[in-house]
Amino acid sequence: MNDLNFIAPELFISLSIMFLLILGVFKENSSSLIHNLSIGLLLIVGLLILNNPIDKNISLFDGSYVIDNLSSFMKILTILGGVFVLSISTRYLKLSKIFLIEYPILILCSILGMMVMISSNDLIVFYVGLELQSLALYVLATFNRDQLKSSEAGLKYFVLSALSSGLLLYGCSLIYGFSGSTNFNVIGETMNSTHYGLTFGIVFILVGLSFKISAVPFHMWAPDVYEGSPTSVTLFFAIVPKVAALTVFIRFLYVPFVNMIDQWQPILIFISIASMIFGAIAAIGQNNLKRLVAYSSISHIGYALAGLSIGTNEGIQSSIVYISIYLVMNLGLFTCLLMLKRNDQYFETIDDLSGLTKNHPVIALSLMLILFSLAGIPPLAGFFAKFYVFKSVIEQSMYFLAIVGLLSTVIAAFYYLRIIKVIYFDEEKDKYDTDHNIWLKISLSFSTLIILLYFIFPSKLVEIVSRINVI
Amino acid sequence: MNFPILTSLILLPIIGALFLLFSKDTNSNTIKYVALFTSFVNFLISIYLWYLFDVSTSNFQFVEDREWLIGLINYKVGIDGISILFIVLTTLITPLCIVSVNNTIKVKLRDFLIAILVMESLMIGVFCSLDLLVFYLFFEAGLIPMFLIIGIWGGIRRVYSAFKFFLYTLLGSVLMLVAIISIYWITGTTDIIQLYELGIDVKYQNLLWLAFFSSFAVKTPMWPFHTWLPDAHVEAPTAGSVLLAAILLKMAGYGFIRFSLGLFPIASELFTPLVYSLSLIAIIYASLVALMQEDMKKLIAYSSVAHMGFVTLGIFTFTQQGIEGSLIQMISHGLVSAGLFFCVGFVYDRMHSRLIKTYGGLVSVMPKYSILFMLFTLAALGLPGTSGFIGEFLILMGAFKDNFLVAVIASLGVIFGAAYMLWLYRRVIFGNLINKDLLKIPDLDYSEKFILWCLAIPVIFFGFYPEPLINTIEVSVKNLIEMYNFEININTLEPKK
Repeated sequence: MNDLNFIAPELFISLSIMFLLILGVFKENSSSLIHNLSIGLLLIVGLLILNNPIDKNISLFDGSYVIDNLSSFMKILTILGGVFVLSISTRYLKLSKIFLIEYPILILCSILGMMVMISSNDLIVFYVGLELQSLALYVLATFNRDQLKSSEAGLKYFVLSALSSGLLLYGCSLIYGFSGSTNFNVIGETMNSTHYGLTFGIVFILVGLSFKISAVPFHMWAPDVYEGSPTSVTLFFAIVPKVAALTVFIRFLYVPFVNMIDQWQPILIFISIASMIFGAIAAIGQNNLKRLVAYSSISHIGYALAGLSIGTNEGIQSSIVYISIYLVMNLGLFTCLLMLKRNDQYFETIDDLSGLTKNHPVIALSLMLILFSLAGIPPLAGFFAKFYVFKSVIEQSMYFLAIVGLLSTVIAAFYYLRIIKVIYFDEEKDKYDTDHNIWLKISLSFSTLIILLYFIFPSKLVEIVSRINVI
Repeated sequence: MNFPILTSLILLPIIGALFLLFSKDTNSNTIKYVALFTSFVNFLISIYLWYLFDVSTSNFQFVEDREWLIGLINYKVGIDGISILFIVLTTLITPLCIVSVNNTIKVKLRDFLIAILVMESLMIGVFCSLDLLVFYLFFEAGLIPMFLIIGIWGGIRRVYSAFKFFLYTLLGSVLMLVAIISIYWITGTTDIIQLYELGIDVKYQNLLWLAFFSSFAVKTPMWPFHTWLPDAHVEAPTAGSVLLAAILLKMAGYGFIRFSLGLFPIASELFTPLVYSLSLIAIIYASLVALMQEDMKKLIAYSSVAHMGFVTLGIFTFTQQGIEGSLIQMISHGLVSAGLFFCVGFVYDRMHSRLIKTYGGLVSVMPKYSILFMLFTLAALGLPGTSGFIGEFLILMGAFKDNFLVAVIASLGVIFGAAYMLWLYRRVIFGNLINKDLLKIPDLDYSEKFILWCLAIPVIFFGFYPEPLINTIEVSVKNLIEMYNFEININTLEPKK
C-alpha cells in the first residue's frame, strides 16, 4: 500500500483519463471543457511530482519502478511539454475541424506511458509503458483522418514502429534468457561474464530505442510522419517522446550494462555521429518546414546521444541539459508555425515565411533568435546546450566526436541561415492573421525569452540537473 | 569593487538598442539621435577610461570578476595597454557609422541602428574579456548582427556574401571552441590571467595554436582564407564595411597577440615561418590583385588584406618594435580604412556606382572631398606624417631585426601599396571629367565633412605625435615579450627527452 503513495501522479493521471473519457461520452459538445480540464489536470500531476520527496532514490514494487531525481526531472519536462502542446493546439485543431475529445485524452495516455517508461527499472514495465505511449501516438498521427497524408503518416509510423517494438522485445527476451531476470539492477548484479547473447540483446534494444528517438540509421519514418501529422501533433512528436526515450536510454545503458560500456559505446558513437551529419546534410534540400524540423531533430538527437555515449555522469547531465533546451527551442519554432495562418489555412513551407519581418516583426525576431539558437550561435541557449555536451566529450578526450559534431553544426547552420534569409532578406508576401490567442503568445514569449536570456543565469538549469547521478 | 566601468561600456549600447526596440517610429531622426547619443556617451566614457588608465603597469586594470557558469567559468573583464586602444577605436567608429546612415540606409533605419549598437557592445566585449569562453561568446555573437547588416541592407549579391561571411567565420571558430574546452581540461581554467601564470604544457601547444589560428586566420583575413572579405565588403552597406574593416578585422590581430603569443609562445615560435610566408603572400598577392580592381570598394578591401598582412608579420617578429608597430598599424588602419570606405560610400550615395571608370575629374566638382580623400590615400600608403607611416615603419624595423629577406619582401609591398592607392586616386579624382552626370553632384555636406574630419584629425595627429599611443602600449608589450622570451629560454634550456 505504501508503494502506491509514491506513484500518486501516475494513478492520478490514469483516473483523470477515465474521468475525462466518461465526461466526454455523456456530455455533448464537451471538447473545449475536456481540453481545458486536461491542461489543469496535467498541471496538478506536475505539482504531485514536485511534491514527492526526491532526496533519495525510491524503489517500488520489488525494484521494478524507481523514483529518483532523473525520473522526477524528466517527468516534469514531459508534463511541461504536454501542457504547452495542449494549450497552443486548440486554435489549430478548431480550424482543422479536428477539435475532438480524443485529442487531449490520447495525449494524456501517451504521457502516462512516458511516465511509466521514465520510471521503469524493469524490462517488462518499460515495454508496457513504451507500447502505451506508442499506441496513443499512432492514433494521434492519423488524427486528421480525412487527409490522405495524415493517414499515411499514421500507418507508416505504426508499421515501422511495430517492427522496431518487435526487435526490442526480442532483445528483452534475449537479455532475460542470458541473465535470468528482467529487473535492471538484478541483471547488473548477476552479469559476471559478458556473454554474446547479452550483447545481441543490447544491440536489439538499442535499435528499438534508436527508432523511437529517430536516430540514424533508424530515422526513415520521421520526415514522413512529421510532415503528414497535424502540426500540433508534430510538435508533440518532436519534443515529448524524445525526453522519455532518452531517459530509457540512460537507465538501460547505465544501470544494468554500465560494465559493458566497451560493447555499446562504439555503437552509440556511430549512431550519434551518423545522426549529426545525416540530419545536417539531409535538411539542406528540404522546403517543407515540418520535414526540415524532422531532419534537424535527427541531428539534435545526435548531439544528445553524444553526451550519453561518454559513460560519465557529466555526459548524462549534459545530454539532459541538451534535451531540455532542445524542447524549449522546438516549442518556440512550432508556436511560430502555428501562427502562420491566413484565411483559416495554415502554411508550412519555407517560402511562406518570405519577408515575414515586414508584416510581423515580433514573430520574425523570435523565429530568428530560435533559429540562431538551434544553430548553436552564442550567446543563445542552444550554444550552451552544445557547449555542455562538448565539454564532457572533450573531457574524455574524444576529440574526433567533438570535432565531427562541431563541424556538422557549421553544415547545419547553413539551412537555419537559409530560413533566416527568407524571413529577413526576401520580398514580403501577404499578411498573415494576427488574431493569435493568449496561449500562443505566452508560449512564444516564454521560449524566446528563455533562449535569449539563458546566458544571464546559465547555471540554474545545470544546478538542477547536476543532482541527477545515475552511475 | 569600484564602479564597473567596463561592464557599463558593454551594456550601454545594448540599453540604447532596447530603447530603440520599444520605440514606435521606425524611420525618423529621433531614433537616430537616441542611437547617436548612446554611442557618443560611450565614446566619452572610453576616453575617460583612457585618461584613468595607468600606463606604468602591465597588469590588467579595471578588472571585474563575477560568478557566471558556477564552478566553471567566471565573467571576467579587464584591460591592459593592448586592449584599451581598440576599445577607444570601437567607440569612436560607431557614432560615426550612426552619423553616416542619413543617406545610405533607406529602409528599416531603426533595425539598422539596433544592429549597429548591439555590434558595438559585442566588439567592446571582445576586447576586454579576460576569459577564453567569454571572449568566444562575444567573438561569435558578433556574427548575428553582421550577418543581418550585410544581408538586409547590402547590395545585389548580399545573400551570397552574408552566407559566405557567416559560414567561413563559423567554420574557423568551432575549432577554437574545441581548443578552449581542451584548455579548460588541461589546465582547469579558462581565465587568461591565470593561464598566463600557469602556462600550457608544451606538448599540447601546437594543436591548440593551430585551432586558434584557424579562427583568427579567417577573421584577419590571411591568404588563402581571405575570399570572404572582398565579397562582404563590397556588398555591405557603408557603415557595415566600415565596422568590418575598422574593427572586426582587428579582433583577429588582437587575438593573435593576446592568445597565440601569450598562451602558446613555443608553438608561436615554431609556426613563425608559416605566418611569415602567409603574411608575405598576403601583402604581395593582395596588392597585385588590388591593382587590377575595377571596383573601388573591392580595391580597398584587398588593400585591407595587404595591411593586415603587415600586422600579422609584425606580431610574429616578437620584437618590441614589431608588436608595437602592429598595434599602431591596426589602430591606424582602423581610422584610415574607415575613412576610405566612407569616402567611397559618399560618392556611391551620389552616383550609385562603385566602379572607378564612372568617376574621373572629381577634383573640379568636389574639391573638399578630394582633399580628404587624398589624406586617407596618403595615410593608407604610409606617407610620413600620417599614422600609417608609424605602424609600417615600426613593423619593418622589427622585421629587419628578425629576418632581412622577409623585411625586404615586405618593403616591396609598401611600394605596391603606393602604386594601387595613388593610381586609384588619380583615376577617380584627376583626369578629364568625362561623365557629365558628375557635374550635378554636390560636394560634401556637414555631416559627411564631420565624419571625415573626425577620422582625419587623429590620423594626422598620431602621424606627427604617436607618443600617446606608444606610451599606452609600451609596458604591456614589453611585458608580453619578456614573458615570451622567458618561456622560450626555459624550453630551450631543458634537455629534450
